Amino acid sequence: MNSKIPDTASKRTITALVQDKPGVLNRVASMFRRRGFNIESLAVGKSEESDLSRMTFVVDGDDRTVEQVTKHLHKLIDVIKVSDISDQNIVSRELALIRVKVNIQTRAEVMQVVGLFRANIIDVAPDSLIVEVVGDEDKIDSLHELLKEFGVVEVMRTGTIALNRGLEAAKKESRKSKHRNWGEAASV
Amino acid sequence: MKLNGSQMICESLIREGVDVIFGLPGGAILPLYQTLPEYPKLRHILVRHEQGAAHAADGYARVSGKPGVAWATSGPGATNLVTGIATAQMDSIPIVVIVGQVSRASIGSDAFQETDTTGITLPVTKHNYLVMSASEIPQIIKEAFYIANTGRPGPVLIDIPKDVQTEIAEFKYPSEIDLPGYKPTLEGNGAQIKRAAKLIKESQRPVILAGHGAIFSNAYDEIRELAEKAQIPVITTLLGISSFPEDHVLSVGMPGMHGMAYASLAIEEADLLIALGMRFDDRITGKPSAFSVNSKKIHVDIDPSEIGKNIKVDVPIVGDLKRVLAKLNLEVDPNTHVEWIQHIEELKRDHPSMNIRATEKLLPQYIINQISEATEGKAIVVTGVGQHQMWAAQHYVYTEPRSFVTSGGSGAMGYEVPGAMGAQVADPGRVVWSIAGDGGFQMTMAELATLVENKIPVKFAIINNQCLGMVRQWQEFFYDKDYVATMYTNNPDFVKLAEAFGMLGLRVSDKTQVRSAIEEAISYEGPALIDFMVEEEENVFPMIPAGQTVQDMIEENQPEKVR
Ligand SMILES: Cc1ncc(C[n+]2csc(CCOP(=O)(O)OP(=O)(O)O)c2C)c(N)n1
Repeated sequence: MNSKIPDTASKRTITALVQDKPGVLNRVASMFRRRGFNIESLAVGKSEESDLSRMTFVVDGDDRTVEQVTKHLHKLIDVIKVSDISDQNIVSRELALIRVKVNIQTRAEVMQVVGLFRANIIDVAPDSLIVEVVGDEDKIDSLHELLKEFGVVEVMRTGTIALNRGLEAAKKESRKSKHRNWGEAASV
Repeated sequence: MKLNGSQMICESLIREGVDVIFGLPGGAILPLYQTLPEYPKLRHILVRHEQGAAHAADGYARVSGKPGVAWATSGPGATNLVTGIATAQMDSIPIVVIVGQVSRASIGSDAFQETDTTGITLPVTKHNYLVMSASEIPQIIKEAFYIANTGRPGPVLIDIPKDVQTEIAEFKYPSEIDLPGYKPTLEGNGAQIKRAAKLIKESQRPVILAGHGAIFSNAYDEIRELAEKAQIPVITTLLGISSFPEDHVLSVGMPGMHGMAYASLAIEEADLLIALGMRFDDRITGKPSAFSVNSKKIHVDIDPSEIGKNIKVDVPIVGDLKRVLAKLNLEVDPNTHVEWIQHIEELKRDHPSMNIRATEKLLPQYIINQISEATEGKAIVVTGVGQHQMWAAQHYVYTEPRSFVTSGGSGAMGYEVPGAMGAQVADPGRVVWSIAGDGGFQMTMAELATLVENKIPVKFAIINNQCLGMVRQWQEFFYDKDYVATMYTNNPDFVKLAEAFGMLGLRVSDKTQVRSAIEEAISYEGPALIDFMVEEEENVFPMIPAGQTVQDMIEENQPEKVR
């Protein structure tokens, strides 16, 4: 907490390393609900260790909210490590599947747009296509926007996943990392 | 050693130092109950309602500092515990709750007395477990006690299916705990402690604001040392009461909604607030944006999520209060704040919140004052919730730690009977007074039977105003005396009730009989009850209405401030 940081609402990316146990997702979701925190997107999957999962949250909120989110996540016993990586050098990706209406006239045009975005067509039906696109949120939003012109029937998105760049950062992320020193943390 | 699940539970509890369990049986926990006679070290107290078991475990923990244990059957047994669990969660009380569950194969089938107990209790526990194999029992119980009573304490629930209680497995009690996601920070950051010492040195008008954490971490001596060394007045929150002796010259009492006017004013005028193990609850801050705006703030708490949650602070220190203060006290220089302390004395004189007005009428404040004198401030006082709770906080002079036991965060009426039971079981050597409301008392008075049955000699002072007093006061102040659903027209005869339960019952309606009745109750061997027929429409002063500031405070001599 520091008064120097302006309280501005923005999207933040938070990752958490959690025990892969029944009910963990429920604990996390319940905490967000109870504290009134909003999740924009949430992606969960296995991590490099068999008994741990990694979660990526994109949350909307001011600095105070995000600080509270990370602290309350950390408070859950099954959560091992929480990092707000928004301001770090990260790669973040999301996968989306978009079903678009096409006809003989528009098919070529859609394929051209898809090519521009380095996206793929993974299913072709007489009157529709399924487009697969990987990228950050903005890229997927833009493609979605462009395809609307042709008629978007269905969209399925995975939610963002993110990792720090470089090995140093990876070390920091592992379960063996030292426990966060809140005495200092609280003052920055 | 091969044991069944129930034996494992008992063996594990004994290894955790448990000596008493509050509970009530039922189908899903019967295997565990039938095993209990094999373990005479475990004293079981049969309550009359599971809420009582949870509150009693909570009262036991508050007085002993050890985790209290309650258990019950599945379904309604479990749901009856929930109020007590939520109360413990709000006040960070270490209790371990064990609940029977339907057999593993039936889980999810809406079987008889099946409830999703871990689901229901998830948001009101520090952690909970569903045990799916007897072999997990030792590890889980070990973890449960560790989690309950370390870091910021709290309730932990363990849900155990009936067939796990009979399943046989190898028993080996673990010596280690491996919880990679749970490592409370105990040592405060050295640089932050130095910064805190510097602020203390520079300050002209410092106050200490001690909360419940001061009691959990047993920081009694350290707070006193800091206060005396640097001559800093000490204010305690409702749950911080008894973390600093109230007969000490530096004691300023409780601030906030029904706090002493001078304590709230001192916080307002301070240039440094040293907040120790407290969480800037809304009952203290009123309107957070207007709370003690001119002070710098040091905040020591073991829970990082409390730092900056309600109030911005200048020097946050995460750690165990006792350890942090031990280091801080080495850094702090002896000091005096003569002018400031004199000023607070003037505030006390100009705002005599503790005065009890002279009248022939039987005032609740006078009764509590008399209990305080009769017990020389050395009793354990347990309360319900409402006006009597605030008067008990104000007018009893607490001189020993862990002496004020009350449901603060949750404000659970009905705490006064089972809470007092747990407190007395934790410390049979001290006199326990339950200052009860006639409303709250009726919520849990079935436990009087438990008290008599188990010879637990709690003394009750029912502050009988024939109404839900605190709500009636709000209606008087904020709803034009529109007393909707707050006045009782048919309270039971509490004296006859006491006699029916087999305890001493006395009635006092005259001021002159107060002291002798108190003495009689104290000298009576078993549990006793005094039905004090008090002035019905007495109000608690001072009052800072919810969400408002010290400027909006209503003191006893300014009833015109009530709109
Ligand atoms: C379980 C529960 N229900 C309702 C309330 C709301 N409430 C707060 S104080 C109060 C009145 C309490 O009356 P009583 O126990 O007689 O104490 P008094 O205020 O008269 O001293 C009520 C109803 C509560 N705190 N707890």
